[in-house]
Amino acid sequence: MGGLTVPLEHVLVLAALLFSFGLLGLMLRRNIIFMLMSLEVMLNAAALAFVAAGANWAQPDGQIVFLIILSVAAAEVAVGLGLVLQIQRRFKTLDMDTANRLRG
Amino acid sequence: MNLIPLIPALPLFSAILLIVSAGRLPRNLVAILGAGSVGLSALCVASVAIGFLANEQIIQITLWTWMAVDNFTPGIAFYIDGLTIVMMSVITGVGFLIHLYSLEFMNEDESYSRYFAYMNLFVAAMLILVMADNLLLLYLGWEGVGVCSYLLVGFWYQDSDNGKAARKAFVVTRVGDTAMALGLFLLFTELGTLHIQSMMEAANAQWSVGDTLPLVATALLLGGAVGKSAQLPLHTWLPDAMAGPTPVSALIHAATMVTAGVYLIARTHELFLLAPATLEAVAWVGLFTLLLAAFTALAQNDIKRILAYSTISQIGYMFLALGVGAFSASVFHLMTHAFFKALLFLAAGAVIHCLHHEHNIFRMGGLRTRIPVVFWSFMIGSAALAALPFTSGFYSKDAILLSAWQQPGIGPWLWAGGLLGALLTAIYSFRLVFIVFFGEANTEPDKQPGWKMSIPLVILCAASVVGGWFVLPLSDVFPQADHSGVNHTVEYVSIATPVLGLLLAYLLFLGRQLDITAITESNLGKAVQKFCFNGWQIDGLYHNLLVRPFKGLAHWWRNEPIDYIYNAIIALSQWSHRGLSALQTGELRWYATTMVFGLVLLTVVMLRNAS
Amino acid sequence: MMEVLFYIASLVALSATALALTRSNATHALIYLILSLLAVAVVFFLLGAPFAAALEVLIYAGAIMVLFVFVIMMLNLGEAGDARERQWLTPRNWLVPGFMATLLFIELMLALSHTPDIVSGVAVEPKAVGLALFGPYVLAVEIASMLLLAGLVGAYHLGRRFIVRESEDD
Repeated sequence: MGGLTVPLEHVLVLAALLFSFGLLGLMLRRNIIFMLMSLEVMLNAAALAFVAAGANWAQPDGQIVFLIILSVAAAEVAVGLGLVLQIQRRFKTLDMDTANRLRG
Repeated sequence: MNLIPLIPALPLFSAILLIVSAGRLPRNLVAILGAGSVGLSALCVASVAIGFLANEQIIQITLWTWMAVDNFTPGIAFYIDGLTIVMMSVITGVGFLIHLYSLEFMNEDESYSRYFAYMNLFVAAMLILVMADNLLLLYLGWEGVGVCSYLLVGFWYQDSDNGKAARKAFVVTRVGDTAMALGLFLLFTELGTLHIQSMMEAANAQWSVGDTLPLVATALLLGGAVGKSAQLPLHTWLPDAMAGPTPVSALIHAATMVTAGVYLIARTHELFLLAPATLEAVAWVGLFTLLLAAFTALAQNDIKRILAYSTISQIGYMFLALGVGAFSASVFHLMTHAFFKALLFLAAGAVIHCLHHEHNIFRMGGLRTRIPVVFWSFMIGSAALAALPFTSGFYSKDAILLSAWQQPGIGPWLWAGGLLGALLTAIYSFRLVFIVFFGEANTEPDKQPGWKMSIPLVILCAASVVGGWFVLPLSDVFPQADHSGVNHTVEYVSIATPVLGLLLAYLLFLGRQLDITAITESNLGKAVQKFCFNGWQIDGLYHNLLVRPFKGLAHWWRNEPIDYIYNAIIALSQWSHRGLSALQTGELRWYATTMVFGLVLLTVVMLRNAS
Repeated sequence: MMEVLFYIASLVALSATALALTRSNATHALIYLILSLLAVAVVFFLLGAPFAAALEVLIYAGAIMVLFVFVIMMLNLGEAGDARERQWLTPRNWLVPGFMATLLFIELMLALSHTPDIVSGVAVEPKAVGLALFGPYVLAVEIASMLLLAGLVGAYHLGRRFIVRESEDD
């Protein structure tokens, strides 16, 4: 293996773009399933940045943080989808704008 | 057995008993307690006085230490010298007679027991005032008599006017008392003690004549004295204080309490001698007060108000005497005044009592033959008040006028003013006598005074006549006055003036040889009369200058302007609360967006720090 | 060659993500998302992290996305859901999120403007990762396991049907 010589900057730009896309989706979508997907994209983007940094200095640490992010994502999705089911049962909708009982 | 602690304790004990029993005791028992305690007290005073006169030994008794704070240890302690003996005799003697008189006067009143409770409490407080060996205990008595005065002026509290008069008396004297309290603070900080005798010694050691500190201290004490003794400019409460029962006026507002200011200055005269300016101010205050009050008394038509103004005027004489350094003469006048003014008030009370609570002198008249005891009492009292020769008032007032004449510099002016006052005194006192007791009867008396009223009148008559021959044991207390070398013409003029006044009064009000209707009916005359009637508009002046602005301020404060601040705080927090709660939309997207906004801001900060 | 592969994978990842987030049909979106994740896995591989790439495929594109599929199937959104999604994606709704996301991206670019390094592309073997993971990072493993346990318990609790009470006020 070896021989990839793209500037680190480009990888990070990719991560930043993915992160921004995720953020955009999070703010844009009203359906909670899409919001969860956007979160996945953002987590993935962050993981990409870590792996790139780890590759840059040829250290395993980047991949270890990726593993942690992976488990966080798994736990988050498990709980988040459980919540989705509850919301669907309770409000009969997935529109997060109508589920606004926290309004002050 | 030492009788001195019993002197204030007896009336105090009786007062406490009457207060605690709250009117449940039978009337006879109340009478025995109320009058008897003061009578016993008077007997104790007599025994102490006889002992004192025998050996002229100053007695000091410390019952216990009131409190001990560092080196400040005022005691419940008594100091008995000649001045105290005189004051105690007047208080308990005249006080007992007035209590005796009250038994009949107040007989039909429902609050018989309450009345005697207050009166006894007053006597106790007044005795503490004069017997105290330190100024703090004196101040306790001073405030005690103030409270009793308030309670007794407002005795018939069902009428709100009486309550008003009581409040006025209390508030106006409070002005003076505040000054006095400040004076006490100053004296304590400067001299380190409130014990009167050691304080005088310390003052003489620390200060010399004309220093600023004694000037300030004495001026503050003078403020207290002026308030209590109803002198200019704090005299306005006394005429209104006549709302109380007449024996109260006799005891508190003629014989004893109002002379407390005179006593205070006499007691601390060594301080005042260190401040000649204050002493001169005392003289001028006295002079102006006596003239103002005399003019005002001329225009009144309420029998008690005439006597009230005359009291103010007579205390003015005492202040005049104090101011010229004639302390003995002042105390002498205090005593004779206590006799004849108590007599006059009691006689006036008898008139009022016999005429269905009639106060207006123009609705009286011709009472000479109908209630002769009262008439003769009034005659003798007025004669003494006017200082006709050989009455007690003559001796004391004469001494004052002579001392005033001898005062270097301003003496003749003070003397002339005093003389004018004496003339006016004679005119208004005999105006009262002629209108009330001579002429045609307008109201028929429905009863005669009984023995409980008559005996005090007779005794006080005797005292008013012979009081001038008493020799007061004051030679050790005050510097002695020397009247030798006074031009005899001065004496003759002083003697002649009251007689002239009597003559004028006779011509004006009884014989009517002098007709001044034309003058009194003219516009100017009416205006002057009204001016005098209202006490030279001083009440109105205070009303406009102090009472109304204060009321306006109070009215303003009633709307609670401070609340505007708090309401603003409330409104602000409510407004911000609404703003903040509006942020809580409950929409997940909104939260996400705001978080991103925060993230953007934080990144900006980070970038700035990094670059 | 490698570089070209990297840029192609990047392009695929970006476009797949963009499509995933703009679909109105949840299943379609999910397919695009899987595609995006696979492209990122390629990038991982190119960066010399084969272990990470494998996990990305297995767990991200595999396990996690399967969860999504299950949930979407359970909810059974159907045509009405698609129509509503389309209705929500009006241009007006794009304004603020688009602005904010762009702003953040610009800022990130500014932050990245001082990184001259070249990625070496030297592979970090799974062995090295495993050694580091159970060596100095053993605490992180513990934390991750606890986190997963919490996720398990939470998912189990939230997934139960009787959590909805009839007496609720709505």
